[in-house]
Amino acid sequence: MVEKALFTIMLEGVFVKNFLLIQFLGLCSFVGVTKDVKSATGMSGAVVFVLAMSATVSFALFNFVLVPLKLEFLRTIAFIVVIAALVQLVEFIVRKHVPALYRSLGIYLPLITTNCAVLGAVLLNVMNDYNFVQSVTFGVAAGLGYTVAMLMMAGIRERSNIVNVPKAVGRGVTYAFFVATIMSMSFVNFFGVIPLE
Amino acid sequence: MNPLSEFIRGITKDNPTFGLVLGLCPTLAVTTSVENGIGMALGTLFVLVGSNVMVSAIRNHIPGAVRLPIEIIVIATFVTIVDMVMEAFTPALYESLGVFIPLIVVNCIVIGRAEAYALKNGVFYSTIDAFGEGTGFLLVLVLIGGIREFFGTGIIDPFGITVINASAVMNPAMFMILSPGAFLTISVLMTFVNYRKQQKAAKGG
Repeated sequence: MVEKALFTIMLEGVFVKNFLLIQFLGLCSFVGVTKDVKSATGMSGAVVFVLAMSATVSFALFNFVLVPLKLEFLRTIAFIVVIAALVQLVEFIVRKHVPALYRSLGIYLPLITTNCAVLGAVLLNVMNDYNFVQSVTFGVAAGLGYTVAMLMMAGIRERSNIVNVPKAVGRGVTYAFFVATIMSMSFVNFFGVIPLE
Repeated sequence: MNPLSEFIRGITKDNPTFGLVLGLCPTLAVTTSVENGIGMALGTLFVLVGSNVMVSAIRNHIPGAVRLPIEIIVIATFVTIVDMVMEAFTPALYESLGVFIPLIVVNCIVIGRAEAYALKNGVFYSTIDAFGEGTGFLLVLVLIGGIREFFGTGIIDPFGITVINASAVMNPAMFMILSPGAFLTISVLMTFVNYRKQQKAAKGG
């Protein structure tokens, strides 16, 4: 197998296989925390941090503990525990140093544990047999892609507050999904950027 | 509280997708066909039942402070079982669902029901609740999968049984199989559900 270039991985993570719009990982926060740009920024920052950290830690855990012990089948359990611990750590830090952000993120901070994006990235790393640098790059790229989509969505929703929408669509989840449809349509066009194998 | 109404509640009022709006990632990601939808929903159903039964059985022994980690471990155990069973017996399905099988761990429905229901109710009702929610999830995935597969390929043939074949009279729209189609399908369905809810509320119901 040809080693994937880091740039390819980066491009894939951010645009071609955007986690939110193409792979549907992490949709709960995508429709839940994008009512205003400020909380979307905070949430994205937290996710990028947790993603990069968990990509690093889980790589070490998988290759230095699970593989030598032949316990690969336990990877789901092991990874979710690592992520939960990291999220707890981020929560402590944010609560202590940025209390305003902590209040506005509310329930979504602990929910990063159950954010599919984080566990998804970690599992995809293992499934793709990425080496250490590739894993971390992929984690960061996935986080950046997540940020791009979150900020676009939050910007659109914030600016379209004055737009009239049918009552049945409302301003909640349904509206977000209509916006996501259009965003996703444009992201699908990135498929041509990297020739698929 | 009677068992039948608890079961039905999971399909209608507390439907995972349209009522509680939980577990959206697999709902959109795996519904490129009815077959994938059914496979995913059955996996989730098994995990739901397992975790609800387990959590409600040990709910009086879990200290409040560590209940989330314990719930997650219980769920992850059942997911690992599903993962290994599907890999062994339905390799093709396992291949097409890919990363979304282990991702049942972070499906909000499972942990949501453990947290909101199984921690407060007995084993019997928790089982009923899990079956209700699981069935609700199954119906939604089949519906969305059906819509996308029909418009995207023109043929609905889960597990090799052709239900509808309209490929002779229509040109399939690739769009529906790709990700925008998923977003479009769910937004239109949600609009419809909201409309029905508002109509009901207007009648004073």
